[in-house]
Amino acid sequence: MNTREAPTRPRTETAPDRVPHVPDELLLDVRGLRIEYGQGDAARTAVDGVDLALRRGEIVALVGESGSGKSTLAKSIIGLLPAAARRTAGSIVLGDTNLTDAREKDLEKIRGVRIGLVPQDPGASLDPVRTIGSQLAEVFRLHRDGPRRSRRSVRADVIRLLDLVGIDRPEERLKQYPHELSGGLKQRVLIAIAFSLQPELLIADEPTSALDVTVQARVLDVFERLAREFGTAVVFVTHDLAVATDHAVRIVVMRRGRIVEDRPVADILAEPEDEYTARLLEEASPHPRAEARLVSVAGPGATPAIEVRGLTRDFDRAGEHHRAVDGVSFGIAQGTTFSLVGESGSGKSTTARMILRLLDPTAGQVLIQGEDVTSVSGDQKRELWRSLQLVYQNPDSALDPRLPVRKIVGEPLLNYRIGTRVERDGRVADLLEQVGLAPGLAGKRPLELSGGQRQRVAIARALALGARTLVLDEALSALDVLTQAQILRLLEDLQQDLGLTYLFISHDLHVVERISTTVGVMRRGQLVETGPTADVFGNPASEYTRLLLDSNPGHRLRALTDSRSTAALSSSR
Amino acid sequence: MARYLAQRIGQALLVVWLAYTFVFLAVQLLPSDPVTIFLTVDSAVDQAAIDTMKSQYGYDQPLPVQYVHQLLGLFSGDFGYSLASGESVSDRISGVAGSTMVLAGSAFVSAVLIAVLLVAAATLTRSGAARRFLVNLPPLFSAVPVFWLGLVLLELLSIRWGVMSLFPDGSFLSLAVPVLVLAVVVSAPMAQVLLKSMAHVYEQPFIDVLRAKGASRSWIFFRHALKNAAGPALTITGITVGTLLAGSVITETVFARSGLGSVVLQAVTTQDVPLVQGLVLLTATVFVVVNLVVDLLYPLLDPRILKSNRQGSARALAA
Amino acid sequence: MPVTRNSQLPVLPAAAAPATPVGPDASYAAIDDVGLAHPAARRRRRVLRNPSLWVLALPLTVIAAWALVPDWFTTYSPLDGTPSENFQAPNATHLFGTDHLGRDVFARVVHGTRQTLLTAGLAVLIGLVVGSVVGLVAATAGRAADAVSMRLVDVLLAVPGFLISLVIVTAFAPGPVSLGVGVGIASVASFARVVRSEVLRVRNLDFVEASFLNGGTYWSVVLRHILPNASGPVLALLAVDLGAAILAISGLGFLGFGAPPPTPEWGLLIAEGRQYLGSAWWLTSLPGVVIVATVILLAALGRQLLKTFRI
Repeated sequence: MNTREAPTRPRTETAPDRVPHVPDELLLDVRGLRIEYGQGDAARTAVDGVDLALRRGEIVALVGESGSGKSTLAKSIIGLLPAAARRTAGSIVLGDTNLTDAREKDLEKIRGVRIGLVPQDPGASLDPVRTIGSQLAEVFRLHRDGPRRSRRSVRADVIRLLDLVGIDRPEERLKQYPHELSGGLKQRVLIAIAFSLQPELLIADEPTSALDVTVQARVLDVFERLAREFGTAVVFVTHDLAVATDHAVRIVVMRRGRIVEDRPVADILAEPEDEYTARLLEEASPHPRAEARLVSVAGPGATPAIEVRGLTRDFDRAGEHHRAVDGVSFGIAQGTTFSLVGESGSGKSTTARMILRLLDPTAGQVLIQGEDVTSVSGDQKRELWRSLQLVYQNPDSALDPRLPVRKIVGEPLLNYRIGTRVERDGRVADLLEQVGLAPGLAGKRPLELSGGQRQRVAIARALALGARTLVLDEALSALDVLTQAQILRLLEDLQQDLGLTYLFISHDLHVVERISTTVGVMRRGQLVETGPTADVFGNPASEYTRLLLDSNPGHRLRALTDSRSTAALSSSR
Repeated sequence: MARYLAQRIGQALLVVWLAYTFVFLAVQLLPSDPVTIFLTVDSAVDQAAIDTMKSQYGYDQPLPVQYVHQLLGLFSGDFGYSLASGESVSDRISGVAGSTMVLAGSAFVSAVLIAVLLVAAATLTRSGAARRFLVNLPPLFSAVPVFWLGLVLLELLSIRWGVMSLFPDGSFLSLAVPVLVLAVVVSAPMAQVLLKSMAHVYEQPFIDVLRAKGASRSWIFFRHALKNAAGPALTITGITVGTLLAGSVITETVFARSGLGSVVLQAVTTQDVPLVQGLVLLTATVFVVVNLVVDLLYPLLDPRILKSNRQGSARALAA
Repeated sequence: MPVTRNSQLPVLPAAAAPATPVGPDASYAAIDDVGLAHPAARRRRRVLRNPSLWVLALPLTVIAAWALVPDWFTTYSPLDGTPSENFQAPNATHLFGTDHLGRDVFARVVHGTRQTLLTAGLAVLIGLVVGSVVGLVAATAGRAADAVSMRLVDVLLAVPGFLISLVIVTAFAPGPVSLGVGVGIASVASFARVVRSEVLRVRNLDFVEASFLNGGTYWSVVLRHILPNASGPVLALLAVDLGAAILAISGLGFLGFGAPPPTPEWGLLIAEGRQYLGSAWWLTSLPGVVIVATVILLAALGRQLLKTFRI
């Protein structure tokens, strides 16, 4: 069934010959595909009558929120559905080969040769106990046509592949194990594996969502360059519309197992047809914080809600001395939002934990409402936490799964023995209303709630004792885009109503731009830049901030928003 | 690597020393000294005879002296003398240890084979029914009393079908059957842990990447999954040494084989304290050596182990 | 470090796979922030309606009743037989046949349950209490305490539990209490490990820190969050270890270190039958089947408990 001549080695220069340049030739044709999880009554339709066509060399983004069926659709194309999933209707055809009912043996000859995969989580997608070199060479050993190749010639190919994806010192890397490589390098290795036999089609399943934004930008560039060079068609699965618009020529939006929109990027940007797409697009577009909402309770001389001076923290790990936070100083005015942005390992969470006094600073001072709390301990800490609270990144682990919402939100009141049981129940009901949760949810346990609801419960708990200052540590990162927007709105409303001060920790520049009054950019433990949001985003002072902003996906969206506002300005004149 | 090695060897010595010390202290908890207990097990003996024997064996010395004396003796290969036979403990044990080592060693190798083959079959079979059957075998194996399995086989093979002699006669079956009985029971925890860690490995995204490369099921199992899943199974394999030695004692009793089993039972029933101490030291040493080998093999299976900043052995941190 | 997290002795049943198969896209977070129950939550609610739990609990209840009220299950005496009816193969009047003294073997098995279960229960209780204390100290009292506790566990593992039990049984008067103590000490190691790893796991979850942030004290956090969340696997080990203790006790009983001869005890029953291996197969085989069945049921119960209570 594999009628194509299988390549014996990747030869960049011969690539154009192998894939005929007929841009309109149909490569992938999915028709009426239906995929269900489970059997009988418990069956749940993940993909519901989907049609999808790809031409050779076309890069198509498959966009949707978690549970939309986008990953299931992508996995079904390469025949890697989990055991619980079944195709109940429809067909999948790749070029001249019908994959619909292909036997596993035949699929094994197609995978890696004609269809490649770039997975979601580079950290766990390489075999941890085999070297990089052997995992790269494996593709050639699996698909061996003709005589056995010498070790040296395979090695030469592997090195060329590593060069191709921009990995330095390839000879050394061959002997390394995955845990010795950074996330970005691992994803490059995985891209090299996927491209090694120059497949006609590549499935990229959220290939960069686990990576930092600057790394993501570089990896995506490599990826896009190779796809164009080899004429590979790509199904690019992502939850991030901004990334999709930057890299794809066509966008397919999925919702609840169905395709709701399938059009070229430019058309979608100009005028989304579907209401859901419009909402996604709206949330993905830049939203500078509305100036009107800026509540400046405090004048210039007022006490800041949080102030840190020369905050420093050292860690000793495996005999190595490591400075996680290095002389960080900033202040947050009452009733405003200060965001700390930076990539993973930049020290922003460590800073937050020192401010909360969950971690002792090596040097420096922490002042809360003007009071020095650097050396408080025991009961003083307990007192501090009545006014200073934390909302965690992951609401799944931040709420005790065994307790109902009522007890979770009421726990702080119980701990400080505030009020009678009836009074506490009343306070819990008020809090739930305040965060927009129906009273009926008070009896539910966290696992029975959606991610957004759980985060609302966590916010209600943080407010229970009347805290005026909240530290939000990546509090939106685990949520879908539309849920993020709703929680953002809630946070803005609470700030307006209660005069709250937020310290917002995030890696997501898009959200930061929207919520912050002032921004601090961290890199390798140091605060490289602070200032009002509009200044930092509009006119970055440091090289690193500029790099960060350049790497932030959504350039086309940004350009579009800019042109619209210009248009609006000119038309209003 | 050198640091890892030194750490593991140090821990091994520490554990043997602690085990010996605990037994020494436990002996002091006995209502009287070992000689008095030994001599008064069956009949009353006059005090003079007791005193003579006590000074012969050094039990008339103060405790710290006894302890230091015994400990120093260990370094020169002196493990004390049996109260029952007067023979040196090392002679008494080494005389029969060979037969037990053959039994336990063969059973150990067979158990590893049974576990790996069972898990391979359960993972690679496409039939759901076969998989369910295979996956349920280890829990069954671990519920079977060794002595009962031995007796049932003996009943069937020698009495009913007459293919095997009731007593060891050097024939193949007279060794193979006890080995099999022991191996089945010892393989259960290995297979259970291997199945569990195999399930964990198959949930990892890298399995999908391998399939996407075009690797077949057996390629993935033998070239990747097995090595990934072997670590925890190796750890449990080290721990089963204790079960193996205990199982050997019972198996030897059932099949009337001579070996350490009879020495253990004799030493315990006659309350021959020096012999018991020697046996404890022997089993602890065997355990510690096997587990040291396991700890040293581990980095070959999983290169991450040397990187991680771990205190203590894999065993203690397991679970 | 996940590489060695799977080993413990005795082996705990594999952690629960979700009852309904779940795919990569399956969390189905509702787009409009509307709650959709997680399958695990529904499963938890069905704890008491879990059919597999009942299927296991029923025969185990029967076995427990043998220990409590043996006379409800057999009218024969376990000690006095009818010599003229000796060596009868299993039949309608004597389910498990009769022995050399004409005693009903089924009656001896039923009456022997009490001895075996009491001893095993004592052993598990000792293992649970001592092991939990050691595990809790190891997990909460700092690195030094952890290192000391884990070396202690290493020593307990290094000397086979069987040998520990033997020494203790003979050092003190042989009998059910010293047998239970001996087997119990041998099972301290497995409880210590499981308690330690569970407490460590739960202690590092965000909600424990959140509880401190919300004014929780050490004891309120331990009692309200850590212990309830860590108890599932310990509960499961309890069932599994009861089975292991029954095996160990019957093994020692077989070697003659348990109850003295006329007393019915499962291991001893098999040892007595051994002399008549050639003529009366039922004397060894049938009591053994009861042991195997009990231990398997307990192991399966442990697996179900783990499935139900571990989150």
